[in-house]
Amino acid sequence: MPTIGNAQIKLLEKLCNACAVSGDEGEVRKIVLEELKGNAENVRVDSLGNVLGTRAGSGKKRLKVMVSAHMDEVGFMLVADDGEGLFRFETVGGIDIRQLPGKAVVVGKDHLPGVIGARPIHLTTAEERKQNIPLDTLRIDIGPGVSKVKPGCRATFATRFQRNGPVLISKAFDNRLGVVTLLELVKNAPANIDLLAAFTVQEEIGMRGAKVAAYTLNPDLAVVVDATPANDLPSWDGEENNSFNTRLGLGPAIYIADDNTLYDPRLVRFLSKTAQAEGIPIQIRQPGGGGTDAGAITKARSGVPSVSISVPHRYSHTAASIASLDDWKNTLALVLAALKHITPGLLASERG
Amino acid sequence: MKQLIQKLTETFSPSGYETAICEVIRKETKGLADEVRLDPLGNLIARKGSKSKSGLKIMLAGHMDEIGLMATHIDENGFIRFTGLGGIRLTGLAGGRVRFMDGTPGIIGSDRLTDLTKAPLLEQCFIDVGASSRKDCPVKVGDVCAFERPFIDLGKRMIAKSMDDRIGCAVMIEALRTLKHSPHELYFVFTTQEEVGLRGATTSAFGVDPDIGLSVDVTLTGDTPKGSKMEVALGNGPAVKVKDGGMLADPRIVNWMIRTAEKAKIPYQREVLEGGTTDARAIQMARAGVSAGCLSVPTRYVHSPSEMVDTGDVQNSVKLLVALLSAPVNL
Amino acid sequence: MNDITPFLKELLTASGLSGYEDPAAKIISAKWKPLVHEISRGRLGSLHGLRRGTGTSPRPSVMVATHMDAIGLMVTGIADGFLRLTQIGGVDSRVLPGTLVTVYATGAGGHRPIPGVVVQPPVRLLPPEIGLNPVPLEYLFVDTGLPPRKVAGLVQVGDVIAYAQPPVELSGEMIAGHTLDNRASVCALTVCLEELQSRPHVWDVWAVATTQEEIGMIGASSSTFELHPTIAIAVDVTFAKGPGTGEWQTSSLGKGPTLCMGPNIHPALYKAMKDLADRLEIPYGLEYSPRHTGTDGFATQVAREGVPTLVVGIPLRYMHTPVEVVAVKDIQRAGRLLAEFIAGLTPDFMEKIIWDD
Repeated sequence: MPTIGNAQIKLLEKLCNACAVSGDEGEVRKIVLEELKGNAENVRVDSLGNVLGTRAGSGKKRLKVMVSAHMDEVGFMLVADDGEGLFRFETVGGIDIRQLPGKAVVVGKDHLPGVIGARPIHLTTAEERKQNIPLDTLRIDIGPGVSKVKPGCRATFATRFQRNGPVLISKAFDNRLGVVTLLELVKNAPANIDLLAAFTVQEEIGMRGAKVAAYTLNPDLAVVVDATPANDLPSWDGEENNSFNTRLGLGPAIYIADDNTLYDPRLVRFLSKTAQAEGIPIQIRQPGGGGTDAGAITKARSGVPSVSISVPHRYSHTAASIASLDDWKNTLALVLAALKHITPGLLASERG
Repeated sequence: MKQLIQKLTETFSPSGYETAICEVIRKETKGLADEVRLDPLGNLIARKGSKSKSGLKIMLAGHMDEIGLMATHIDENGFIRFTGLGGIRLTGLAGGRVRFMDGTPGIIGSDRLTDLTKAPLLEQCFIDVGASSRKDCPVKVGDVCAFERPFIDLGKRMIAKSMDDRIGCAVMIEALRTLKHSPHELYFVFTTQEEVGLRGATTSAFGVDPDIGLSVDVTLTGDTPKGSKMEVALGNGPAVKVKDGGMLADPRIVNWMIRTAEKAKIPYQREVLEGGTTDARAIQMARAGVSAGCLSVPTRYVHSPSEMVDTGDVQNSVKLLVALLSAPVNL
Repeated sequence: MNDITPFLKELLTASGLSGYEDPAAKIISAKWKPLVHEISRGRLGSLHGLRRGTGTSPRPSVMVATHMDAIGLMVTGIADGFLRLTQIGGVDSRVLPGTLVTVYATGAGGHRPIPGVVVQPPVRLLPPEIGLNPVPLEYLFVDTGLPPRKVAGLVQVGDVIAYAQPPVELSGEMIAGHTLDNRASVCALTVCLEELQSRPHVWDVWAVATTQEEIGMIGASSSTFELHPTIAIAVDVTFAKGPGTGEWQTSSLGKGPTLCMGPNIHPALYKAMKDLADRLEIPYGLEYSPRHTGTDGFATQVAREGVPTLVVGIPLRYMHTPVEVVAVKDIQRAGRLLAEFIAGLTPDFMEKIIWDD
């Protein structure tokens, strides 16, 4: 039974510290290709930059199971050079612009350091401080005299991965936690299925990689491994928090419905049963809002029954997210157990 | 046919949870098709006939699902917070009654509202099933419900929940029953998940791979007091869609439908709908593209629990559909 | 190089709204017929012109997609002879009052064009809250001046309405008119096809005039699925610097086509095209698209297993108004660049189109 040890944590650290904004996933792709060496067959990079690989099983009547994890993260693209090392930028993926002022970033393949500043408080009025600082007044400042940085370069938050006992802190847990989990799954693929691994691109800007990956792989069903927000903070009025999405530490989160997908009820039930049998804690992600690669995969060709399992993490899409080591371990354990026990009969059963 | 409409509209099956309505339709269409199958997204696909020399492969799509609600949280006092499945109308939500798939009834209440002239937000609403704690609440997170409202026959008009689009399903079933001869290979597809984004039609159209496609769905009207300026009215016959919020019907399909209606002396109206769209858009986008259009049943108060159609419009919709399918098509 | 202006002006006087592209398709088809080996319509009406390459079969193919559809209006109802309106594609209703249009009537009177004008009702005939604010489309009318009974006999719900603004040649070889978005690119592709008459090319070339781009890249999506090209190039207009436009999203008019980079574009294709333009000393601008290019390239990229895609832009002012402006020189340069790119496609070109991480 594979588990999360130092090697896996080191790999997650490497993945989290990489810069792979949607459309420019090369840095993570490189790590993924390296890790897949000798661990998967038919490894290839498609025209969008998805990494696809197979682990063929050996049993009879094997299901073709696509397991996908997106490689990209939210971030920035430089779009204009204002001179003196100042660059205008646009956000890529869902970023709250209130999270930007005062952050350190890294720019381009060489991770050149930069900052996003803000006007000194002395030069602002009280009225102005009640308004958001508009994106078009913010700049990424890398300092003068750098010729390598140009419009078109991507940038991300500069936060470095750290572990604090049972807790992990980093940017980009969404979805490096999924990538590292899928890598472990490929390395330990069960023999009863054909595991079709898809490390996808451009999820954060509309699930574009998953759309073509699902078309190419043409699976019987799909399991999407992602990371999902845990908004388990106190409510302003002291009332019960009824909109937490997930809670940190309560185990992998299973999706029932989001803005793009109604997850296959048979697969949802199967996951719950598997978790119960294996003694793995799970939680139901609150239905509604958001989305995962399943939104595109479900609609591929004649339809692909899908399910999504996510690692909860607080403060998603910001400079610093917090995740629980145990939630990650349990996510890996649950997906692996589910793949091991899945049979073709499941898809012949009633949807309910 | 009214009995059929009652049966269809009184079945509870929100998007993604179409098993119950699928069973009803399966029974109603038993023996009428040459082949019936379910696809991976739960679409019910009934094939009738094979492509003859003068025939085409035609896909008809009526969606089986209806708008509904899904529980997102049960609070410590047993109240249920929820999210919408499909386009929920916030006005008129409070005081509405719902029924969960296991039969549990509930009513919709809301937080204290400071401004009673405004509809509450979805987040401000909850369902009360009479429970007093999280423990004794029979509803779990992820359970779904639909709006509860019985079918009413007014003679000339009919009222029910989920006329959108059980009336389309009824028209298709009735056409399947009535149709004697067709040169075409017909696919009557009762689709899933239309209300959440035409998902069933997307995958079934890929699977069926038709030459042309028609959705049979409801459309809005402009015939109520101080209503929208739309030209469609109840009682003026089935509507032939020219455009809606998401699709331009293939003009050749529009012409074919109008020619057929005029030849058969069936009243019809031309429809341009400002918002919304139907399964026809998904069919149009399938593979290398499909010529698509939509036969609409004019419906008042769409997405409320009391949607009204005209009996004559429904009957004429069946007639038009049968006429369209009975003869060779020359686009 | 042939003078492309007469063909462009012919295209700018045709209607061809999204979903109703036949009038434009007819003109383009006639122009392309001698320039390609085969020509046909796709299932959703896109025009597919094939120029076979000289390589051994099966040959790789490049699809060049330029959308031919136009934005415009549609009749939703008739009130006392005045036509109520909705839009086809993205129309800013603030630009409409006083615009001359052509109503393509299909009623009992047969198919015929009727001149009309978009009118803004006086303030007292509108909801009081509108006052001197912009009048939303639902309150604007098209007036043909004909008596109500006549209108009712001629026009019906669903008839399309196109801008009637005739093309205008401005000084400095600039041309103004409606639907330069994206007939300017159709012209660029035509220039490319003309150039290819005397330039051997190994690859097959699919010259495609797509439909319904303004509704959601519908023609491009279906044509890419059908033709299944090895690579795709979408050519569409892009924002030129002009009054009221921002800085970073715009390129200069008359300074050459733009090459776009971002998630919709394969970086190796972008680099190949950029290197070529540098080598040929064809001027170009660079465009950065962090998310969605808003072009047919958005659709071509994700057809089937994915198609490596490139987006080339032609700078244009006043997009989606009846008086869009482009520089004829940019059209010619774009056409020439496309032709050079296609002529340079070698049998092993795809070996270079990799993700160089």
